[in-house]
Amino acid sequence: MLRNYKKPAPPSDDKRWRLVEATMRRHGHDPNALIEVLHTVQESFGYLEEEALQFVAASLSVPLSRVYGVATFYHFFNLKPQGEHSCVVCMGTACYIKGSGAIVEAIEQEFGVKPGETTPDNKFSLLSARCLGSCGLAPAAVLDNSVAGKLEPQQVVERIREWTK
Amino acid sequence: MKQPSSRIKTLKIDGQDVGAHEDETVLEVARENGIFIPTLCELEGLSPHGGCRLCLVEVKGINKLLPACVTYVEEGMEVTTNSTRLQEYRRTILELIFSEGNHICSVCVANGHCDLQSLAQKLGMYHVSVPYRHPRRSVDASHERFALDRNRCILCTRCVRVCDEIEGAHTWDVSGRGIEAHIVTDLNQPWGESETCTSCGKCVNVCPTGALFEKGKAVAEMAKKRGFLPYLTLMREKRTR
Repeated sequence: MLRNYKKPAPPSDDKRWRLVEATMRRHGHDPNALIEVLHTVQESFGYLEEEALQFVAASLSVPLSRVYGVATFYHFFNLKPQGEHSCVVCMGTACYIKGSGAIVEAIEQEFGVKPGETTPDNKFSLLSARCLGSCGLAPAAVLDNSVAGKLEPQQVVERIREWTK
Repeated sequence: MKQPSSRIKTLKIDGQDVGAHEDETVLEVARENGIFIPTLCELEGLSPHGGCRLCLVEVKGINKLLPACVTYVEEGMEVTTNSTRLQEYRRTILELIFSEGNHICSVCVANGHCDLQSLAQKLGMYHVSVPYRHPRRSVDASHERFALDRNRCILCTRCVRVCDEIEGAHTWDVSGRGIEAHIVTDLNQPWGESETCTSCGKCVNVCPTGALFEKGKAVAEMAKKRGFLPYLTLMREKRTR
């Protein structure tokens, strides 16, 4: 054992790191708490910056590549800062058949962002999901954390236009 | 080293009566008895992964096919390893692997030393019946001695496992999911800038294809040296005993 190995200090004196450290302490810095800790980082910072990944990896004694693998595997985690508003379009089978492709296309044409991208003014992020589990509402999307169903492309574009004004 | 187990199981593989310890997998027992089961992600000395599905076998009484590398022996099991159905499935799996990446043997550094290539020859996969995807994947040649061509990677995770289990560095891991999955070093930084990589070259030697290769070597010299794997495993077992 490395007896003198000290846990690393947070990358900055940002108060949000205390939340992250609290989560790590609650789990006794167990490597298995990786997802839980990344959740806290995502929720308090809005995305996972490289410094955060390095800090979490060193604190929990998890290899860097595994942290990166987990962070890129789950759609919940973002490696880039997200816009103020977000729209998650469901691309599941039911929604796809009911025309969610057209919704994505309309947004792409209007605002010039592809799924996973954010507008240059950081106002709006477009995301896609495999299935929201709201197939009865197809085509569905999550507009700023609330699910909306039976959408028309124009309807969604107008909603986003309000945000980006 | 496996401790002699008191529990011995008897089973049938391809009609042949065989005996095995209860902690052995179907694949291990088949090999001990000279029965060939094709594998790609499995490598002796590394933990089983069960990802390539080439070692699927039929077991009497079970409707689905089971991967031999992670299926443990059971009393009275009747295993078939080489039915027409299995041969067809294995060829299809190989076809899908070939069509998914950019496997062009004639211009590959591993031509003639490639597990994927030799398995395709051995199992009689003569053409690919599904359209090629021709993905655009990145190449990383930033390491001074080795290089990575993701176009030839089949995601067997041998490099990930050898780096984690044998070298202990865990420089490699799989990033992303589904069709976008690819292997990365550390936080997806260039291999040459990785601080955890010890440049031991174990990943290069266990890679079944030409995805990981040594720089400055001609095709004829690209033979993989894998003798270190059983050697290191044996030496470490002796030390812990």
